[in-house]
Amino acid sequence: MKKTYRIEVDCANCANLMEEAANRTEGVQKAVVNFMTQKLIVEFADGSDVNAVMKNVLNNCKKVEEDCEIYL
Amino acid sequence: MNRKQKKMLIRIVIAAVLLAAVKLFKIGGWAGTALYAASYITIGYDILRKAFRGIINHQVFDENFLMAVATVGAIALAIYEKTGDFAEAVSVMLFYQIGELFQSYAVGKSRRNIAALMDIRPDYANIERDGRLEQVDPDQIPAGSVIVVQPGEKVPIDGQVIEGASSLDTAALTGESQPRDVKDGDDIISGCINLTGVLKVRTTKAFGESTVSKILELMENSSSHKSRSENFISRFARAYTPAVCCSALALAILPPVINLMMGMPGGWEIWVYRALTFLVISCPCALVISIPLSFFAGLGGAGKEGVLIKGSNYLEALSQTSIVVFDKTGTLTRGVFEVSGIHHNTIPEEKLIELAALAECASSHPISKSLQRAYGREIERDRVTGIQEISGSGVIARVDGAEVAAGNGKLMKRLGVDYMDCHSSGTIIHIAIDGKYAGHVVISDVEKPTSRAAIAELKKIGVKKTVMLTGDMGRVAEHMAKKLGVDQYRSDLLPADKVAEVEKLLAETGRKGKLAFVGDGINDAPVLSRADIGIAMGAMGSDAAIEAADIVLMDDDPMKISKAIKISRKCIGIVYQNIAFALGVKALCLILGALGIANMWAAIFADVGVMVLAVLNAIRALYVHKL
Repeated sequence: MKKTYRIEVDCANCANLMEEAANRTEGVQKAVVNFMTQKLIVEFADGSDVNAVMKNVLNNCKKVEEDCEIYL
Repeated sequence: MNRKQKKMLIRIVIAAVLLAAVKLFKIGGWAGTALYAASYITIGYDILRKAFRGIINHQVFDENFLMAVATVGAIALAIYEKTGDFAEAVSVMLFYQIGELFQSYAVGKSRRNIAALMDIRPDYANIERDGRLEQVDPDQIPAGSVIVVQPGEKVPIDGQVIEGASSLDTAALTGESQPRDVKDGDDIISGCINLTGVLKVRTTKAFGESTVSKILELMENSSSHKSRSENFISRFARAYTPAVCCSALALAILPPVINLMMGMPGGWEIWVYRALTFLVISCPCALVISIPLSFFAGLGGAGKEGVLIKGSNYLEALSQTSIVVFDKTGTLTRGVFEVSGIHHNTIPEEKLIELAALAECASSHPISKSLQRAYGREIERDRVTGIQEISGSGVIARVDGAEVAAGNGKLMKRLGVDYMDCHSSGTIIHIAIDGKYAGHVVISDVEKPTSRAAIAELKKIGVKKTVMLTGDMGRVAEHMAKKLGVDQYRSDLLPADKVAEVEKLLAETGRKGKLAFVGDGINDAPVLSRADIGIAMGAMGSDAAIEAADIVLMDDDPMKISKAIKISRKCIGIVYQNIAFALGVKALCLILGALGIANMWAAIFADVGVMVLAVLNAIRALYVHKL
């Protein structure tokens, strides 16, 4: 399953870090941050709980870039 | 400016005023130190906190850490040297924040500008209820509903006009500035802007399936296909910061230690200061920002011209195109049949066409249609009587009292008319009047008006080879290939053979060059996906083409192919300029910093300056209209 989220992140390097952090999160098959359109596109692994996974994604992203925001 | 940026601006002003006050009024002693501290904390508290959090979260080498170490180090040096001058540390932090603010403002602004250019998303659709128009979310409208599109509004959903006539501005989709006229019965696609009249439209698709949604989806997903340059930059950024930190550490320790071993004074302050300068230079953000921004602007500029590119990797590949392979029908030719020749005529050409068109007036066969188009005037049906259709052969009818027979050789034989065979390719229609042969009309697929020029243009911009693939017979293909000026052609191909031909050609491209295949998206999907770059043309409203291709040309003008290549080259050029420029200036600053020629001030200015210039350069990729 694939979902798109609106995000807020100021710098491109931070967006790269967010992408890495999201990809490291369990339950995420593939995550792509589009800095230019301020979108996070997450492909979830089969059978994962989307809400729980996204909470972890947000936590992991906050760890690498405090200022970022993901609108769940 | 958003709230965050405004807050930062206020902090910058306060810190700058405090710093200026100490400097201008030469406040010394404890008061001066206190003011410096206040200024430093005002401007840098979040950097210090983020650096600290970074260490806790094992994200040590980020730019916050670098700035924190550099400025705290500078303060420590000032205390150690008992100068009491903390201006440098405070200023470096101040300029860093000004740079960050500018970066976030400039990037945010250009991001929004580019996004606005590509904004074809309709906000609402009008539905008529009890004689009044109501604005509804287009997502809520099922296929088969009737919507009203007023002048100045975007067509929200694909559909068919059931009432009204108007012209449509398709520029947002095709880059074509000529408006397109529509009347009832015509299909219209979402994303066009209605210019003149009110239209009632019966939707044929749901919003999510409409052209505009497909295009938006394509653009939003375009960043998932990253180009090699972008991947290079993200890998580079990951290695760069730690590398610079290690060199800084080495620079702070090694020279003094060597000095001490040689029996000279260590000069710790000088080398620690140089190492701190190193850290200031090492923020990679300037480089990291300008590359994706260039690609984004390039994709945006191409979109503006009606060239949709599915990702920056395809943009990069397109710039290296060395072979362009064309499918013939629908790509180089119109795929519509037209009268292309009249031979052996015993009466004037116009008269022959007129008689043929009139005789065929009852038929809706494509061949009759093209005869009627060639005639070009209203068909006066009352001039025609006694139409007999002879299936598989043609028609016999009385036109203005004369018996006109129009059809193939079989019909002529049947009537016992001596006819002349034809050497041209295409469908031949023989015409006999009152049992006497009057000549024949050749109907064939004709090339697009710009095909020849498009191929010449490809040659001019350095494409090594152009190849035409077709299912036509050899003679027809040869004729068309010569006419269009393509280097090679392959004829008598079945759809499956086209893949094999493209594979053979792929082997010829070598490692550097790329092969682009141009088709119309109809039954050539396997070839589109096999080529390095699959280009589908005339894709307005064709889902299959949008799915299968890497690059979609919204209208069917082959000139757009060379334009797309030029756009990609300009964009890639800008990307390389930015990489070279940013890395060059950083390297220069690192060397000058290590030699002690550049101080922290120079370092921070270099950092911010490079970023500004790189961002401005990136924006150039958006302006591709005149290419």
